[in-house]
Parts: sequence; C-alpha cells; structure tokens
Amino acid sequence: MEKTVFTEPLPDSLAAAPRANLPARRIAGRNIRLAQSVVRYGLLSVVSLAFLLPFYWMTISALKDDEEVFAQPIEWFPAEPQWNNFIDVLDYPGFPFWRFMLNSTFYASVVTIGTVLSCAAAGYGFARLRFPGRDLLFMLTVACLMIPGIVTFIPTFILFRSLGILGSWWPLLLPAFCGSPFFIFMMRQFYIGIPQELSDAARVDGAGEFRIFAQIMLPLVRPALLVMAVFTFLWTWHDFFGPLVYLSNRDMYPLSLGLHSFRSQHDTDWNMMMAAATISTLPLIVIFFLAQRYFLEGVRLTGIKG
Amino acid sequence: MIPVMRDWQRMSAIQRRQARAGLLFVLPWLIGMTLFMLYPIVASLYFSFTDYTVLERPRWVGFENYETLLTNDPSFRIAVANSLIYALMAVPTGLIVSLGLALLLNFNERYIGVYRTLFYLPSLAPPVAGTVIFLVLFNPQGGLMNAILEGVGLQRVGWFEDPDWSKPSLVLLSLWGVGAGTLIFLAGLKEVPQSLLESASIDGANVFQRFWHITIPMLSPVILFNLVMGVISSFQVFTQAFVIGGTTGRPLESTLMVMVLIYRNAFRYFKMGYASAIAVALAAVILVVTVVIFRVARSWVFSEVDPAT
Repeated sequence: MEKTVFTEPLPDSLAAAPRANLPARRIAGRNIRLAQSVVRYGLLSVVSLAFLLPFYWMTISALKDDEEVFAQPIEWFPAEPQWNNFIDVLDYPGFPFWRFMLNSTFYASVVTIGTVLSCAAAGYGFARLRFPGRDLLFMLTVACLMIPGIVTFIPTFILFRSLGILGSWWPLLLPAFCGSPFFIFMMRQFYIGIPQELSDAARVDGAGEFRIFAQIMLPLVRPALLVMAVFTFLWTWHDFFGPLVYLSNRDMYPLSLGLHSFRSQHDTDWNMMMAAATISTLPLIVIFFLAQRYFLEGVRLTGIKG
Repeated sequence: MIPVMRDWQRMSAIQRRQARAGLLFVLPWLIGMTLFMLYPIVASLYFSFTDYTVLERPRWVGFENYETLLTNDPSFRIAVANSLIYALMAVPTGLIVSLGLALLLNFNERYIGVYRTLFYLPSLAPPVAGTVIFLVLFNPQGGLMNAILEGVGLQRVGWFEDPDWSKPSLVLLSLWGVGAGTLIFLAGLKEVPQSLLESASIDGANVFQRFWHITIPMLSPVILFNLVMGVISSFQVFTQAFVIGGTTGRPLESTLMVMVLIYRNAFRYFKMGYASAIAVALAAVILVVTVVIFRVARSWVFSEVDPAT
C-alpha cells in the first residue's frame, strides 16, 4: 500500500465523511458482536440445561416417595423431599452400599497403581534404553493397540479358569500390572521429548539406570502419570463387563455391578434406584473437580474418551 | 534369536548394562503382551474352529461354527442388524452434535470453561447409572420425556419398551456422553490458523463459506479420529444394551447387540468355540470397516504434506 496517499491533506468534504462514519460503524460492529454473544450464551445455556437435566432428574427422583416418581402431572420438585432415602439406600436389602463402594475403590485403586507402574516403566524402556529387538517389540505393542478387547477376552477367561482363580480378584487385577498398549505408547511419546543430555549427564555422574528413571525421568513426566492415573481410575470404576464375568460372590461386587443387581432385585423401587445411582456417580464427580485439569488435558492431549 | 545374540556379543559393557536395564523395564509388559494379547489372539482363532464347552477339551470342527453363524443362527443375523443400525445412527449423530458443541465453545469469552465442564460431566456417570437414569427419564408411562412431548403437542413414545424405539433411545443415551468428543474437536478447532480465517473474511467469504472451505478441511484429521473411535466403540456397545435388554435383548431382541450375543454364548451357554467365532467375525468386521474408512479418508482428509510430492 502507498503511504503517501494519507500524507496529502484531503479535501474537507472527503475527509469529514469517513470521520463521521467511523464511530457509527464501530457501534454497529459492537452491536453485532453483542448480539452474537447473546445468541451464543443462549444456545450454550439451553444445551447445558439439556445435559444437566438427567442429573437433576436423577437427584430429584431420589428425593421423591415411591408414588411420586412417575406422578402425572410431572413434579419438578417433590412436595416433601425424602432426604432419608439417601440414608435408607446405604443399607438396602441386597445393596450393601459401603461394601460395594469399598470394592470399587479397591478395584480402581489397585488397577491404577498397577497400570501406572507398568506403563511408566515399559514406556521408559521403549523410549530411552537400547536393547536388542526393541523396535520390533515396540511395533508389536502398537499392533496390539488395534486389537478389539473381545478377541482376547475368551482365551484369557479360559486361562484364568485353568489357574483356578475365577471368582477371585486376580483376573481383574493381574493384567493391570502387565501394562496396557495404549498408555505404554502414550508414555513413550512423553519420554522421547526429554533431552538426551539429561540422562547422559546423570550416567557420567555414575547414576544407575533405575536411579535415572526414578529420580530424573518420573518427576519430568508427572503430568502424563496423572493423566494416566485419573483415566485408569475412571475406566475401572465404570467397568462392568470384567466384574460381570469374573465375580460371582456379591460381597465382591463393585458399584457398577451392584447397581445392576439392585435393578434386577427391586425393579419398581425407582426412587431408591435413583438414590443408588446418585451415590455411585458422586465419587467420580468429586474426583473430577479435584483433578479437573488432568481430565481435560488428558482428553486434549491424547484423544482419550471419558 | 540368532541376530539378537549377535547384537549382544557386539555390545560394550556399558551398552550391555543399558540393554539389561531396558529389558527389565519392559519385562512385565512382555509377559502381559504374551499372556493377554498374543496368546489369546491365536487361541481365539483356534477356538473358533472348535466345539469347546470348557468342561471337555476343544474338539476340532473346521468351519462348522462359521457355517452355523452365517446360515443357521437367526440371533446372529438379528444381532448384526441391531449393531449396524445402532452404529449407523450413533456415529453420525455423535459426530454432528460434538462438532456443533465444539463450535459453540470455540470462543475466548468469559465462562466458556464452565460450559465446557458441564458438557463433559455426563461422561463421568458410570454407564450402568446413566442407563438407569434414562430408564426413568424415558419411562413410557410417567417419564419426563413423554410429558415434555405431550406438552409440545406430540405423541407419547414407548422408548426403551418399544422395539422400534429402543435403539434410538440407546442413541440418545450415547449422545448424553458426547462431551469427550467435543473436547477433542475443540482442541482441533484451536489449531485452525486464525490468519487463514481472517484473510478469507477479508476476501469476502461469509461464515458458512469459511466453515466449509477452511474449518472443515483443517479439522478433517480430527473428524477422522473421532469417526474411527466412534465406529469401534459403537460396534462394541455392551453395558447399556445389557442393562436395558439383558441377554435376550428385550424388547423383542431389539437391543441384542453382537457383544451381548458373544456374552450369552460364552458365559451363559459356555459355547466358547462358537462365541470365539462371533468374536473373530466382529473383530474382522471392525478391522475391515476401519481400513475402508482410512482408504476413503485419503480423498477427504486434509494433510499439510501434499501426498503428490
């Protein structure tokens, strides 16, 4: 663009016109932007309400008495909230809540510890240490990523059966300590980004391989470890298929399976079922708000779904 | 093993120490990969050619299981149709809704983070809990959804109790958990170069032209990712369908998905050979569909590296 055009003094008639227009245009632009904002927030709010509605309805149905849940016309808020439903559900026939809660916590925690340990180690081995056959083994690991879980499930079940450990926790916990291809792949990506000089310097100083891993590498990949931990915990808490197949004793049921057996036993106690659903969802909501950053970062970085 | 041994002899003491450490680090996974991945894949293939009730040794029957599957098992045909219909409904609607929400969220304005969190929250609800909540919301007799439908002058629907509506109801349940996909799209939208959108805008392109000719092509790798993930997970839907319809796929086998059929054959009837054949077939279908999607994707997924060069 030629700057000289603007240095020449414009004739009064021409110069005045844009100057008079400018504020008007700015106001118009501001109005359009304001209108866009209003529409956007309006839409966002409507959609959010739709997403929250099931949660609201779950809680509100849990506070209703037996007859009110499907009462016509719809009751948006119970006349007399039955707060004691939440106390009664903790020890409902066939639904020992604290027992199930303990089982879920145990199952999810052990699987999380196992997965974090094994994947942090295996990812490190593949990323930073040279050993014969490494690249071939890593290629096999990536190939395992593409195997749908169901193909491996039946022979694994038969394997555990022949070991005589069906009905125990072992089939659900043991595989976690061997690692999962997805997280090994993810961890490897994180380790690869760390400068090689760091490990070399430590080696020169005489640090052993295990010390380099534990004292230098692990602190550097802490965010990745936390992402892996929160998602493993969430998925294991959600897991239904594994406990359904492997556990037979109701005292070992996690909440997912406990809620399902609640439904088959009391399929008309809808208010109590909603109370049970509420208290089995609550722990995850609490964990989410404690570790929100790692949930959102995890989805963004790795495309993990919740 | 021979080349490995040769490598080993050629290494210095320091290299050998590192190699030993490396093998130690990956050892748990090598055991896991062998026991829970490689062996089961081979075993699944083998079992699929046998009659195997767990109590007796597997008996080789050749292609009999696959023949039964294709010609003599009405449940299998129903399950395949159910899974296909479900995937065909759930995947596109999931993509459209999550992309739409991501577009709404893609602005640096105040409180956007709050909405992002609200959209993500349903993904945290355990699948069993989510399903029972929907059973109450969508109850044909006195549920909230039917009351809303009547309120706006529409007909009541049978939802999970009507064989024609049970799959669309499952799709609505899956849409409730669309928040994670939204976050992935949102991350993709943040990568679309602002300069491109601005220069197009100066050239006179309107919102829709910019969306169609810039945003969509730049976002196409993320669309491909969400598409493939969606296909893989909808073909393997189990928990929600099982909570609704049990092992028989109530109402009227309309929620009998392939995974439910595998569960029923393997862990109720203990027909491990037959269940393995269905599992292998399902895996093969997923693999083929994924490969086809990737092939077709070459023509519509934008990559910064020109494939011609």
